[in-house]
Amino acid sequence: MSSREFTRPDPDQLLRQIQAQEEHEARGRLKIFLGYAPRVGKSQRMFDEGRRRRKRGQDVVIGAIQTKGSEDLADLIREFEVIPTRGDVIDVDAILARAPHVCLIDELARVNPPGSRHAHRWEDVEELRAHGVNVVSAINLQHVREQQDNVERITGRRSTHSVPESFIHSADDITIVDVPAEECRHHGAKGLTPAQLSELRELALLLAAHVVEKQLQRYMDAHGIMQSWGTQERVLVCITPRSSARVMLESGARGAARFHGQLLALYVRQPDLSREAGETVDQNLDLARKLGAEVHIIDGPDPMSAIIRFAREQRVTQIFIGHSGKPAWKFWAEAPVDRLLKEAEGIDVRLFPNAA
Amino acid sequence: MLKRGSLKIFLGYAAGVGKTYQMLTEAQELRKQGRDVVIGYFEPHGRLETIARTEGLEFVPRRIYQHRGSTFEEMDANAVIARNPEVAVVDEFAHTNVPGSPRPKRWEDVAAIRDAGIDVLTSLNIQHIESLNDQVWHVTGVRVRETIPDWVVQEATEVVMVDVTPRALLHRLERGVVYAPDKAAKALENFFTESNLSALRELALRQTAHQLEEKREDREETFNSTAPLPQTVISEHSGRPEHLLIWLTPHPSTAMLIRRGRRVADYLNSSCSAVCVGHHPDLDRYLEFCRNLRIDTETIEGKDYAKAVADYARTHGITQIFATRAAPDIHKLVHLARDMQVTIVSERVRGNT
Repeated sequence: MSSREFTRPDPDQLLRQIQAQEEHEARGRLKIFLGYAPRVGKSQRMFDEGRRRRKRGQDVVIGAIQTKGSEDLADLIREFEVIPTRGDVIDVDAILARAPHVCLIDELARVNPPGSRHAHRWEDVEELRAHGVNVVSAINLQHVREQQDNVERITGRRSTHSVPESFIHSADDITIVDVPAEECRHHGAKGLTPAQLSELRELALLLAAHVVEKQLQRYMDAHGIMQSWGTQERVLVCITPRSSARVMLESGARGAARFHGQLLALYVRQPDLSREAGETVDQNLDLARKLGAEVHIIDGPDPMSAIIRFAREQRVTQIFIGHSGKPAWKFWAEAPVDRLLKEAEGIDVRLFPNAA
Repeated sequence: MLKRGSLKIFLGYAAGVGKTYQMLTEAQELRKQGRDVVIGYFEPHGRLETIARTEGLEFVPRRIYQHRGSTFEEMDANAVIARNPEVAVVDEFAHTNVPGSPRPKRWEDVAAIRDAGIDVLTSLNIQHIESLNDQVWHVTGVRVRETIPDWVVQEATEVVMVDVTPRALLHRLERGVVYAPDKAAKALENFFTESNLSALRELALRQTAHQLEEKREDREETFNSTAPLPQTVISEHSGRPEHLLIWLTPHPSTAMLIRRGRRVADYLNSSCSAVCVGHHPDLDRYLEFCRNLRIDTETIEGKDYAKAVADYARTHGITQIFATRAAPDIHKLVHLARDMQVTIVSERVRGNT
C-alpha cells in the first residue's frame, strides 16, 4: 500500500460537498481585516483594498464608515460612492437596490438600535452576502465574542459589542493587520502597556492561524484530500488501566498549550476488565476531560490498529503511550508498542514509564 | 559601550506578499522623521512598485566578487559600517554569500552591522527558518537549502508578519507582479497552490505568535515583574528540570530529528543536548549542525549503542530521550529506557498533492 493518505469520499458525501460548494459560490464573499487593538490601521487597509478593486474595474461602494476621528473622511467620500446609513444602521435595502459588486463596511461589531431589521451589524452583512454582495470589513480582536474573556484578562476592559467567532470563521478571507506594539502605542492605543499589546497581538495572530487552519481543512475536505500537514500540533494520549495517565495527560496538556495545539485522549475499550481497572480508566478519562482533552472511546479488537487508524483520521502529530510491560531482557520479542512504532509512520510517539 | 543596533524582521510566508515593500515604506517613514537611513542591500526582482519605494534613499554600493568565472554582487557590510548610518535596510536575511565574502551568511553581516550600533530592517520568508525546514518540505515538497538558525530570529527586537491572503497573492502572481511570466507559470504549478500557501501562512502566523510569547517571557524575566514568572519547566514525572537528549546516528533522518528536538526544547523552555556513540564520517556534519543550533554535543564510546545512550541519559539527569525511528537499535533503546520518557520521531509522510 502506498503511504499516501488518500481516501475516496463516498458519493453521498461528494454530492453534499458539491451542493455546499454551489451554495457557497452564490453567496457574496466576505473579507475581514483583523486588528489586535484600536487604530492599528485596519480601516486604512480596508479602503486600500477598495481602491485596488476599483482600479481593477470592480463596482465598489461604502456601506458604513467610521466617522469619529477620521480626518480624510471627506477624501473617501469624494473617492467612493457612499450609501448613507440611517442613523448608525446600514441601509440594507438601499445597498441591495444599488447591487454593487463590493461593499465596504467598517465597524463590524456595531449594535443596531432596538426595532432595527437586525439586532447587529454583522447580521446585516449576512443578509447582503445572502443576496450575492461581496463585503470587505474590519474588526478588532476585542469585539470577537469568544476572545473577550482573554482580552478582559489582559486589559481589564470588556467591550459591550461583539461578533460571534463563528462569523469570523465564515469569512472567505481574513487578513491580519500586524504592527509592532511600540508603533501601535505611538499611534494611539493609549493606556495599554507594550506587554499588554504584545499579548493582544499574539491572540490575534493565533485567531487568524485558527481561521486559516479551518479554511485549509475545508479546502482539503472539498478536494477529498486526507493528508495532514501538521501545521498544528495534535497530541493523542492513549489511556489504559496500567498507564500513568496523569503524567501523560499533564504533559500533553502543557505541550498542547505551548504549541497552541489540540489535546485528545483515547480509550480503546478492553473486554474483561476487573472492576478496579475499570474504575482507574474512568478516573483517567475524567482527568482528561478536566484538562481540556477531547475524549474518545472506541471499540477495536486490535487496540494498536485502532489507535493508529484513529490517529490518522484525527490528523494527530504525536501519540503519547505507556512503555510496554514485558521484561527488558526480552527485547527481541515484539511488543505491541514495537508494532505501534513500526506502523505509525509520520507520527511521533512518546513513551512514558508506567505507574509503579 | 556602543549600544547594539536593533533588528526588525518583516516576516512573510512566500515571495510576493509585500515584505520588501513594507520594509521600504517603513524606511521612508524613518527618513521623514529625520533618521539617517541607507540601503545596504535591495533585491528589486523587477517589481516596479517596490522599486519606486527606494526613491530618495541612499544606496551603499555593492561589492563585486568573481567566483568560478561568474560575477556576483553582494552587500558590502564593511562599507555599510564605514558609512555609519542610523538605520540600514538589508533585504533577504537568509541569503548565503558567495564563497570569498568576508562572512558566509547575510545574517552574519547583519550581526556585524548591528554590533557597530546600526539599526537594521530586514526581510525573511518563513520557509528559511531552520526548525520549520521539515514542515515546509512536507507542505511544499521543496527542500529549502538556505536556512537560518532559530536563535538568530529569536534575537530580533521585533518580528512583524506581512500578511495577505493567498488569493490576493495568486492574483499578483497571475498579473506578473511577482515573477516574470514564464517563471510565474512554473511557480503557480509547483509552490504557489492555494493549499500550500494557506499552510505556510498558518505556520508564519503561529511562528510570529510564538516569537511574541518568547519575547514577553524574556522581558518578564529581565524586569522581574510581578506577573507570574514562567518557571523552569519541571518534568512531571521526576520533579527534575526538563532536559532533552538527542541521540545522533548516521541515518539521514538525523537532521530532521535535531530540528524537531531543538523546536520542542524551545517551546518547552527546556535544555537540550545531543550525544552520539563512536565515530562515523556522517556524524561529523550532524555534530556541526547541532553546534549551529546551539545544542551541546558529546561523543561517547560503547559497543552496545542503545545501552550506552540509556546509561548516559540515566547518569546525566536526562528526562526525555529523542531518537529517530530509523535508528538501528531503536527497539532496544526503547526497552532499556523503560524508566524514562522516550520520544521516537518519525519523518513526515509526504503525498504529491
